[in-house]
Amino acid sequence: MIKNFKPAVTAVAVSLAMLSQSAISAEQFFPIPSFRVGPYGANGQSFYGGFIDYLNYVNMKEKGVNGVQMTYEECETEYNTAKGIECYERLKSKAAQSAGPIHPMSTGISYALVDKSAQDKLPLTMMGYGRTDAVDGSVFPYAFPLVTTYQMQASAIIKFLKEKNGGSLAGKKIVYLYHDSAYGKEAIIALEAEASLNKFNLVQVPVAHPGNEQGAQWLKIRQERPDYVVFWGWGVMNQTALKAAQKVGFPRDKMIGSWWTGSEEDVVPAGEAAKGYMAATWNVSGKQVPVIADIEKVVYGAGKGNLQDASKIGTILYNRGVSAAVVSVEAIRKAQEKFGKGKPMNGTQVAWGLEHLDMTEARIKALGAANLLPEIKTSCSNHEGSGKVKIQQWDGNKWVPVTDWIEGNKALIHPLFQASAKQYAKEKGITPRDCSKEK
Amino acid sequence: MLYREAGQFKTTYAADQQLFPIRQDRIGLLLLLAVAFVGVPVLASEYWFSAILIPFLIFSLAALGLNILTGYAGQLSLGTAAFMAVGAYAAYNFQLRVEGIPILVSFICAGLTAAAVGILFGLPSLRIKGFYLAVATLAAQFFIVWCLTKFPWLSNHSSSGVISAQDIVIMGFNFDTPVSKYLLVLAIVSVMALAAKNLVRSSTGRAWMAVRDMDVAASVIGIKLMPTKLLAFAVSSFYCGVAGALYAFCYLGSVEPDGFSLDMSFKILFMIIIGGVGSILGCFLGAAFILLLPIFLDFTLPGVAELFGLPFSNATVSHIQILIFGALIMFFLIVEPHGLARLWQIAKEKLRLWPFPH
Repeated sequence: MIKNFKPAVTAVAVSLAMLSQSAISAEQFFPIPSFRVGPYGANGQSFYGGFIDYLNYVNMKEKGVNGVQMTYEECETEYNTAKGIECYERLKSKAAQSAGPIHPMSTGISYALVDKSAQDKLPLTMMGYGRTDAVDGSVFPYAFPLVTTYQMQASAIIKFLKEKNGGSLAGKKIVYLYHDSAYGKEAIIALEAEASLNKFNLVQVPVAHPGNEQGAQWLKIRQERPDYVVFWGWGVMNQTALKAAQKVGFPRDKMIGSWWTGSEEDVVPAGEAAKGYMAATWNVSGKQVPVIADIEKVVYGAGKGNLQDASKIGTILYNRGVSAAVVSVEAIRKAQEKFGKGKPMNGTQVAWGLEHLDMTEARIKALGAANLLPEIKTSCSNHEGSGKVKIQQWDGNKWVPVTDWIEGNKALIHPLFQASAKQYAKEKGITPRDCSKEK
Repeated sequence: MLYREAGQFKTTYAADQQLFPIRQDRIGLLLLLAVAFVGVPVLASEYWFSAILIPFLIFSLAALGLNILTGYAGQLSLGTAAFMAVGAYAAYNFQLRVEGIPILVSFICAGLTAAAVGILFGLPSLRIKGFYLAVATLAAQFFIVWCLTKFPWLSNHSSSGVISAQDIVIMGFNFDTPVSKYLLVLAIVSVMALAAKNLVRSSTGRAWMAVRDMDVAASVIGIKLMPTKLLAFAVSSFYCGVAGALYAFCYLGSVEPDGFSLDMSFKILFMIIIGGVGSILGCFLGAAFILLLPIFLDFTLPGVAELFGLPFSNATVSHIQILIFGALIMFFLIVEPHGLARLWQIAKEKLRLWPFPH
């Protein structure tokens, strides 16, 4: 009897000790709806691997943010909207006390979460995807399309082409080849505005999902003889397009893709056909970024790396995951400055932090992320904060940045967001906040 | 013992013809409804409403729609998700464009719109049967999704093609909490399920079943094939349309055409195959199996893995979950090809005879 009793007592004592332990050391919880299996699993592994590695890096290197340890829980969404919602609801209950920004990395899931997260007062970040008119924070207080959006990206690509052509695109013909979904269609409105402003000829060519057959589209492109192809692909569509371009003899260095067409996963399968191809990105690849090299040393050195395949460190998507985590942790740091250092921050406080980010070049350098991502300064009326991208080119082995940060035409694009957000507010009966009164 | 009917005498035709002739069934159903309407809202958490119960009810309704068409009228269809899309977009547009229209009227109009589209795509069923008809309804799947993407008017010129459902306000009450949405969905699904149960044993339902079993024989005994088949398409699409509207308004909140993919149609088809083709109860059992089992496995597998000291990552759990799910589908189909509803029916028969099986 007593024999059986003893371990029970120890177990209770140990669990009590653990309980008090967790009560003492403050923790910041990150709900992570991630995807590591399914059709886009490879992309998710790199992105979330980078994200989680950085959280661990902060814990190991700096003992957390002012002593607050970063914790997280993952839930597999398989890039499926229904599963994403199930995950969100599951993680939500644990995020009542402290909640890091949520990165679903899926247009479908983020659209479905825009309303829910606002109701639950949890910050939803959509870095480079999702509902782009959430740039207008007066209507979307808890949604953050951080760094840059499809429309600003499209505008930046046009600016790049314009500079390349001596400042004018008049009379040129540009084909917009896109994935026929919400993702592909987002940029059209910006390109149309740019076309009428810069007097170039825009030809839209949609590709039906999944896009592994593009014969008809490229036949049309060959007939149109465009000067450039702006390319908004996704998944298997990307390598197919590059191979098809090679087949019809369209020069790859006149093809400029969005940031979801410009990772190693997109170009390596296309082999030789991808050489010279260009794509926009808001984060650079490679291990020359100090923080990436340091993660490899500190986190992987201690055997706590999240990636099973460590060769992915320094790839575009891995670095993108790190850049997302850098911004998220910075928002928590910012929130702690206002609401109390060394305390876990709840959803509202983190949203405040995201809304008051001020990541100057010096600050980014201090974080070891120099050149990893552009300067970010957010406010109530601007949840995007940057709108800058770099154009990079695939040299056959790696992505090489060929430009400095290019900012899209904010004066042209941001009013489009405001109009769209206004319509959304009207449909939903939301009274927008008065941004001039926010501090 | 529970199911002993001794002493339940039926003295009127009405009593003999009622929906649930056995008293225990009636009491059981009332208890179930009482639990669903009163017990669940008191006990369940927000997670249960938003992530489990609401999708379960909505998919049950969609499966019900498909089951009317496939299970009762014998017309195989792969366009279920497309009809749901019609319902979702129609409800959105009615809400948007008709000033002051009550939301429930919008839902009904959404169902009617889906029914009209269903009739259109049901026309080939007059000429072709079986797998060939399935391929013809596949056209609906692709055409409707293409159509919703192609014409921006349908999504109110949203730049991305995504629509965001309006608020649900009935008689001044705003259904914005998960509990209220659950109750609304539950009420609609209960009414429609009871209506379906009634419909399939009426002359219409019997005509459908006659057509299903042998359409030549059915036409010989005087059933007009065209109206019967088209009615099945209309009623089925009506159910799917309402399910689609609920999917957009009460579950996701915002939907895009691509969300109503062929995968979803297949999922609903699997629900009725697993649950029971030609059974109302089967729709609910099938939806529960297909939707809830993966979540259940997701919750239990990490615990089990820990028990045996296996190093499971999140991704491994997902892979194993798919594995077990597939194995269970095969197991149930081998053990009982007529679905879970048939298992329940057998159990009930046994209970009724117990303890004297003969």
